[in-house]
Amino acid sequence: MSETINVPTMAEYMAQGKQPEVLFWVGCAGSFDDRAKKITKAFVKLLNNAGVDFAVLGTEESCTGDPAKRAGNEFLFQMQAVTNIEVMNAYEVKKVVTACPHCFNTIQNEYPQLGGNYEVMHHTQFLKSLMNEGRLKVEGGKFKGKRITFHDPCYLGRANGEYEAPRDLLRKLEVELVEMKRCKTKGLCCGAGGAQMFKEAEPGAKEINIERTQEAIEVKPAIIAAGCPFCNTMMTDGVKGENKEEEIEVMDVAEMIASAADL
Amino acid sequence: MQYIPNILFLLVLASGIGYFTYNIKKVIRNIKLGLPVTVSDKGERWSNVARIAIGQSKMVVRPVSGALHIVVYLGFIIINIEVLEIIIDGLFGTHRIFSSFLGGFYGVLIGTFEILAVLVFAAVIIFWLRRNSIKIKRFMSSEMKGWPKSDGNVILYFEMVLMGLFLLMNATDVSFQQMDSGNVVSQHIASWFSGTSDGTLHLIERSAWWIHIIGILIFLNYLYFSKHLHIMLAFPNVFFGSITPKGQFKNNEAVTKEVKMMMDPNIDPFAAPPAGEEQAVPAKFGASDVMDLTQVQLLNAYTCTECGRCTSECPANITGKKLSPRKIMMDTRDRLEEVGKNIDANKGVFVLDNKQLLGDYITAEELWACTSCNACVEACPVSIDPLSIIMEMRQYLVMEKSAAPNELNVTMTNIENNGAPWPFNQQDRLNWKNE
Repeated sequence: MSETINVPTMAEYMAQGKQPEVLFWVGCAGSFDDRAKKITKAFVKLLNNAGVDFAVLGTEESCTGDPAKRAGNEFLFQMQAVTNIEVMNAYEVKKVVTACPHCFNTIQNEYPQLGGNYEVMHHTQFLKSLMNEGRLKVEGGKFKGKRITFHDPCYLGRANGEYEAPRDLLRKLEVELVEMKRCKTKGLCCGAGGAQMFKEAEPGAKEINIERTQEAIEVKPAIIAAGCPFCNTMMTDGVKGENKEEEIEVMDVAEMIASAADL
Repeated sequence: MQYIPNILFLLVLASGIGYFTYNIKKVIRNIKLGLPVTVSDKGERWSNVARIAIGQSKMVVRPVSGALHIVVYLGFIIINIEVLEIIIDGLFGTHRIFSSFLGGFYGVLIGTFEILAVLVFAAVIIFWLRRNSIKIKRFMSSEMKGWPKSDGNVILYFEMVLMGLFLLMNATDVSFQQMDSGNVVSQHIASWFSGTSDGTLHLIERSAWWIHIIGILIFLNYLYFSKHLHIMLAFPNVFFGSITPKGQFKNNEAVTKEVKMMMDPNIDPFAAPPAGEEQAVPAKFGASDVMDLTQVQLLNAYTCTECGRCTSECPANITGKKLSPRKIMMDTRDRLEEVGKNIDANKGVFVLDNKQLLGDYITAEELWACTSCNACVEACPVSIDPLSIIMEMRQYLVMEKSAAPNELNVTMTNIENNGAPWPFNQQDRLNWKNE
């Protein structure tokens, strides 16, 4: 990662008296998790490449409150929400894009009642729109003909009914898209949602990410494509647990597109 | 004297419908113990009723059980036209009243009923085999032991017997067989009785007729004691089901009020409450018992027919955790019934019984196993939402009892202090840019 990436902040934009086209909501995983940071950078490269006028909140961004809400701490969730909304409204944000389906869901569905009304897009939806507008070129390259399966993030799929944007992008990469037995509306969770990411699982017979990874391995993919930093972690751990890390890679759709374009 | 059968029929009918009404009123009263809800977008809701409830659109996601269910569902609705004729005949002492003015169409009608009766009979046998011989996994879970298992079978026996009696009644009806129109199935059964005297045939026919209608009334009254209430409640339940994206969890309004107060520099937190509000009981955060749930959630509980599609899609359950969304619904219903009986026994007031839904029915371990993935909500053919109950009970555990698992307490402290679930400094949030 020697080449420079251009990541302006909302504060910088405001200082110049300008408004970006879209706010890129990075999210906690995208900001701090080593694996997810790579997704963040890949997405930024795509944005730079497509000439998208975007900005981030940087140090003014804070957790959306999703894990707090799903863990039952509604008070902490609403405190986070109201604080974030105040910041975004102060910058007169109209449109938000994020690479995290949890942030996407929370800002889109749970912020409006608390005073935060924005057009919110998941990064796969945004990339698809860039592609449709001809601003972003998505082509096969190194993924052409490779066997890929897409793991639906619950908070993008079932929660918000978006199953096709990531798949459309993968098709543009000319991959051989194979579906797991449980996919789309019936997709099996990776095990991270509902704040499970931050705690040990309850006693049981198996870890959920292992169950899901085994299902993915059954379709013999070269890559498990993901659209959520938490799914990415769970599936990566699952692949390691099954000793398949030599054969199977777990990649975000944005990383694949950036990699195909040699960005 | 000649009116004795008519009077008898009236008494049987009135007591059958009367006792059912009495129990349904209890169901309605119990549902109303929940918090009221306001519903909007009625148009969308009616279209859901048409598509999901009447149209069975989510049943056929599983093609085998979906197709079998449609047979029984259609059979149930269409054959009930026959019940109307039985009631008129019973009350007025007529015999097959519809045949006198429907003419040739009567044969078509009864023929359709007979074919459906055979199809229903066959479907019900397959249902029985699925539960008892093939032992499909979702019918074998721990919450399906005992009464829920027998309940499922009793319903199937009822349907077998009722369909059998309907065909027997037609087969032994001499005048109907002589009409020779619409007896597509029953003529074959009638041949078993060749050589039987008309008097005996008449006796069998009358017995089958009476047992059939009495059986229907018993079945109607059985509904209240059974999971089978879904045949009625599925329709209102789908109407009241959520129409927002599944990922949108309700924001707790009591909390919003508190948060707004905290954020507003002009509010004096020590000010006396406005007149009239002094007596207001502070809102309880989340749910620990059925009265803390909404009326829609309680309707959900009565509607659940324990099919277990939710549980068979639940990632926690699949991997051997205790959580079963179906059990969440069954527990909610059982506790609500217990509260209802308490009210009945105490002249209309609920007397504290030192029990509650949380702990006595649903354990914290079950609640904490949920990934909030919405698979259960998606799977339910009648728009039941077990997830909302799980989330509200988590709220109670965390906000009223501070009883979150310790790792989650650490996570929440991090969010509160650093704005992230991990212990990173918020000032480092953009460091990735230069790494």
